[in-house]
Amino acid sequence: MLTIKNLHATVGEEGLEILKGLNLEVKPGEVHAIMGPNGAGKSTLASVLAGKDGYEVTEGSVVFEGKDLLELETEDRAKEGVFLAFQYPVEIPGVSNINFLKTAINEIREHRKQEPLKAKEFMAKVRESSALVELDPKLASRSVNEGFSGGEKKRNEIFQMAMLQPKLSILDETDSGLDIDALRIVSDGVNKLKNENNAVIIITHYQRLLDHIIPDFVHVLADGKIVKSGPKELALELEEKGYDWLNAEKV
Amino acid sequence: MEITAENKVLKFVEGLIPPSDGTSIRKEALQALNGMDFPTTRVEEWKYTRVGRITNKTFQQEERKANIEKYKITNLDAHLVVFVNGYFDASLSTIKEDKALSVQSIEKLDLDYYSEIMEETEENVFSLINKGYQTGGVYIKVGENEKTAYPIHLLHLTTGEGIISNAQHFIHLEKGSKTELITTYDSDEAENSFTNIVIEGHIEENANLTIQKLQFEEKNVFHISNEFFVQDPSSQFKINTITTGSLLTRNGLNVIVEGENCHTEMNGVYLGTENQHLDNHTLIEHLYSNCTSSETYKGVMDDKSTGVFNGKVIVRPNAKKIEAYQSNGNILLSKSSTVNSKPELEIYADDVRCSHGSTTGQLDEDAIYYLRTRGISEQKAKKLMVAAFIGEVLDKVDNSDIRKKVDQHFLEHFGWVF
Repeated sequence: MLTIKNLHATVGEEGLEILKGLNLEVKPGEVHAIMGPNGAGKSTLASVLAGKDGYEVTEGSVVFEGKDLLELETEDRAKEGVFLAFQYPVEIPGVSNINFLKTAINEIREHRKQEPLKAKEFMAKVRESSALVELDPKLASRSVNEGFSGGEKKRNEIFQMAMLQPKLSILDETDSGLDIDALRIVSDGVNKLKNENNAVIIITHYQRLLDHIIPDFVHVLADGKIVKSGPKELALELEEKGYDWLNAEKV
Repeated sequence: MEITAENKVLKFVEGLIPPSDGTSIRKEALQALNGMDFPTTRVEEWKYTRVGRITNKTFQQEERKANIEKYKITNLDAHLVVFVNGYFDASLSTIKEDKALSVQSIEKLDLDYYSEIMEETEENVFSLINKGYQTGGVYIKVGENEKTAYPIHLLHLTTGEGIISNAQHFIHLEKGSKTELITTYDSDEAENSFTNIVIEGHIEENANLTIQKLQFEEKNVFHISNEFFVQDPSSQFKINTITTGSLLTRNGLNVIVEGENCHTEMNGVYLGTENQHLDNHTLIEHLYSNCTSSETYKGVMDDKSTGVFNGKVIVRPNAKKIEAYQSNGNILLSKSSTVNSKPELEIYADDVRCSHGSTTGQLDEDAIYYLRTRGISEQKAKKLMVAAFIGEVLDKVDNSDIRKKVDQHFLEHFGWVF
């Protein structure tokens, strides 16, 4: 589904290199966790995959479902089925969650040559998806993320994921700012959305989200590269030992 | 050496049809016009708006027939009063049976009454040209404790090149009466024409007037409006001004609140593209205590357009416990667009609560990115955000037929969906 080869990326005007030859292969039905210390390049990876301005890919390739992802605009990546759950979801005053999701869904459906969703079907989907993450349906009709608590914002991300049904979801530090109840709700939501045709990349600093969403693979990202990959137990090892031992191991 | 002192105003009106006998209002205006000159940008009130583009031209008054079908408001059940090039067109107008309402020619307005009511308002050269050379207009009266059965739609169309449309209207709401006035402005193949409109009104005690103004003229004409209103005690006045039209628009709106317990509300949306210059100049003058006023204007400027907002609120020394709220927000969609926003509060009384705020900025890049990651194109994301920005003000247009017309207009001209 997703093949990242030797990805190098720089950020900002100075062209500071953050990703330094990253490789990753994700197949349908898989859950990958990417862990690493602050500054390793985790969020940069999420931004590069989503196509955020200000990041430049200097080398390497990203192929998603046979297409060169890097050639696509941000919105076209979303239409192809890439979804990014933000670490810091943006508040957009005046734009209602519902209105924006209806626009998004219909853009995506148009791209897939499907008819626009009927109002009734759409509302049924809203009810179903908001129930999935126990999001108060009233929040669905409010302005996007405006005045939402930290936990509500994260649940809103997963609500949108449920609405848009992406093939590949990238969860960027989704566990940050979640209390234990919210963490369980969000995780349950992601688990229910998972099937053999879609895949999830979980970007996280900590192990705790991985107690709830069990990864098939854990990768350690350090200094812009994946330095170690392994089964889910690797996450526990990282939690126990911290990230320093990786550096020691390299030496 | 020869000195030529050329009066530009005289030159400007030279080509206009000299008024026949006319009313005394007309005579007074002509007299006052003597010795006046057009404002330059050195005059504070006109600092950001150059009128040279208008005043260097000459215009003609010309009565014409026109097709107004596409300028009507779908489904709106209203008295329809049509002015083409500033001339009343009876054949296109429909004034229904309504015991609350009388609609007469502006010539029927009594000078003594008019002078007494309007003595506090400040004329300017354009309002005087209008009154001196008006080609028609209505004097609308709503009877005491009556509510009109229908809103009143004053439809203005300017058609033909180099035309000046000089209609002058007066609306009088007697005690305890209520009505809604809809004023629309459109143009059709009217390059270099000039709509120079005056609407004045008197809202008596406990009366309630709402005005919906839609300035949708094409971008090759000029538009200056002078709107003066006087509120008596316990009256309510609300005006929504939606401006997308003309190359140079100046909406001059003055309200004098001459009594306690009044509420005054002004809302405005202005959307500029190309080389448009859209100026909203408002004044609310509080002379008495215990009144509230609320003013919200929002602008979106694209291309090389310029927006001007000048909102003045005066609270006179004896006006206590006034609550005046004012806000102006602007979004610049392009690097070459500009906005001059100037809130002015002049408060001479104690114990008042006045607030004002003015913001001008770009659309939030992070928000656009966020929307794009959900599959929404950059263009559509911007539209969603612009719609959200002005939607707050549009929601104050509480007449659903008017709102539909506005939504339709925005969809056709900007591709914006609300």
